[in-house]
Amino acid sequence: MSADPGTAAAVATPTRLEALARTITSALPGKLVSAANTVGELTYEVAADELLAVAAVLRDAPDLKFEMCMDVCGVDYLAHGRDEWNTHSATSSGFSRGVARGAQRPSELPPGRRFAVVYHLLSISLNQRLRLRVFCADDEQPMVDSVTGIWAAANWFEREAFDLFGILFKGHPDLRRLLTDYGFIGHPFRKDFPLSGNVEVRYDPEKGRVVYQPVTIDPRILVPKVIRHDNRYDPQLTNAPVHTASIAKSDG
Amino acid sequence: MAEIRNYTMNFGPQHPAAHGVLRLVLELDGEVIQKADPHVGLLHRATEKLAESKPFNQSIGYMDRLDYVSMMCNEHAYVMAIEKLLHLEPPLRAQYIRVMFDEITRILNHLMWLGAHAIDIGAMTVFLYCFREREDLMDCYEAVSGTRMHATYYRPGGVYRDLPETMPQYQQSQWRSKKEADRLNSRRSGGLLDFIADFTRRFPACVDQYETLLTDNRIWKQRTVNIGVVSPERAMQLGFSGPMLRGSGVEWDLRKKQPYDVYDKMDFDIPVGVNGDCYDRYLVRVEELRQSNRIVEQCVAWLKANPGSVMIDDRKVRPPRREEMKGDMESLIHHFKLMTEGYCVPAGEVYAAVEAPKGELGVYLVSDGANKPYRLKVRPPGFSHLASLDEMVRGHMLADVVAVIGTQDIVFGEIDR
Repeated sequence: MSADPGTAAAVATPTRLEALARTITSALPGKLVSAANTVGELTYEVAADELLAVAAVLRDAPDLKFEMCMDVCGVDYLAHGRDEWNTHSATSSGFSRGVARGAQRPSELPPGRRFAVVYHLLSISLNQRLRLRVFCADDEQPMVDSVTGIWAAANWFEREAFDLFGILFKGHPDLRRLLTDYGFIGHPFRKDFPLSGNVEVRYDPEKGRVVYQPVTIDPRILVPKVIRHDNRYDPQLTNAPVHTASIAKSDG
Repeated sequence: MAEIRNYTMNFGPQHPAAHGVLRLVLELDGEVIQKADPHVGLLHRATEKLAESKPFNQSIGYMDRLDYVSMMCNEHAYVMAIEKLLHLEPPLRAQYIRVMFDEITRILNHLMWLGAHAIDIGAMTVFLYCFREREDLMDCYEAVSGTRMHATYYRPGGVYRDLPETMPQYQQSQWRSKKEADRLNSRRSGGLLDFIADFTRRFPACVDQYETLLTDNRIWKQRTVNIGVVSPERAMQLGFSGPMLRGSGVEWDLRKKQPYDVYDKMDFDIPVGVNGDCYDRYLVRVEELRQSNRIVEQCVAWLKANPGSVMIDDRKVRPPRREEMKGDMESLIHHFKLMTEGYCVPAGEVYAAVEAPKGELGVYLVSDGANKPYRLKVRPPGFSHLASLDEMVRGHMLADVVAVIGTQDIVFGEIDR
């Protein structure tokens, strides 16, 4: 049961979704890997080196016509599925405060699965939506091709993803920082970047100007992140597959 | 011979026509724009990162502060995303309330836009008229949520509470005479729905008033006709949405094409422009004021006739009432868990989009099964519009930059997030 019967009726009825899925599979055989979704949306994973070819087909094929790129955003999967509080086994001493797991890389995260770029496409003429996900092969220097040549709207969205996640877009005409301050160091939306940041500013009366200094507050967790198993959403019971099962697995 | 070079000029971030904190670096040849480079981010508050560190419900208030002139529409996109992941369907009455407040918000936003746009390019009076009506709508916000702007009224599964039976009253003070307070209170004697019904009856005449000031005004037309023209193909390529897209002649409105809540039960029209210039976008938005008023009227009629619950009856999502907590152990436990930990949302990802007053406001939510969002991305409509400012103002005069910023309806809360 969808939250929005109207939306479901207009866009995401199973038959229309299935038809679109079939069209995409026949237009791009072997280039897309379908990612399961529980809410009636189509998601595909594309290899980074095939992105531009796939994007061009998606925009131009007469029965796809995704002429609009509504959103491009980065995702950092470093802490995906990891809770800050063990909820599965109670200890004899009771639950303590939440634990900050910090930035250490979990062993179950395979290389090349940390940074992803997610594209949300919209076809106005055919009234359909699609989500594409591209994983960056190199975790140290994540890089994907820029789609600005295909959708001009991607320009600023890619600048933002570069600014916040440090993902490089090959072929972008003007890859400057967008949202952070002039001279900002680091990529703040990465999961290993602390919420309180690394530097703070204050006015220094002796120097007569604003100076940067290391933050004086400690990061703290107000509400620990917990992952609880809920039978109502069990994939086996509801017949809805879990998305990207390899990284959605909890370590708790 | 002296060398002739282009002149680089800084515009903003403290400029009344910059609509907040826009810094523009303009390259000018005489008075003609060669290049415009917007520097944004001065209002960046990392809303999305903050949301990752809080239970789902605690971030609803942040959504108000994104586009701070269309507060409830932002909340709507966010709660819709959560509802889709949780497979919740709010009661019908809650859906009507949401649609009604979405449209009230649209009127609020367009009135703010109309007043500010007009004052930017020389028409002072419209601003005062627009704010007269905005005041009444702000009172609706206050009546229903207790605050005049940042309502935090929508919840996953419905809305926070039902519409009140009484309206807040004005009181006599050293700034407001008894007579003036009585005049204001005369409309506020009934409940909120009576007040809104009264507003919808008055409002079309108000829109006529704004139109007499602007629509056929020679100066207004000189400042807006053929300024910032965008072709429909280019508008789609640039990711435009909302009135910016419809002004270019593309008939696209999520309320009709991908209806959410009860928009499919509403009777309204979508205005579409022809030339894709600032004047057409003005006409589109003014017509949207009238259409929104029609939707509000229909919602009021339905809501008056159909009392009922406004929140889903799911104890894992909805906190129990206070009186239940006093006598019922289960309710006390539920309340404690919901307030300290929140609810866990099943793993998955979702994109929920609403037709916000400025265009498509989308929320992309990735959940890993925890009580907090794993990643929240807000797709603000104004972001794409401002990104194309360079293209829209190239070859225009310096003064037209202000007209284009106005027509884009820029609000930095959503662009910088």
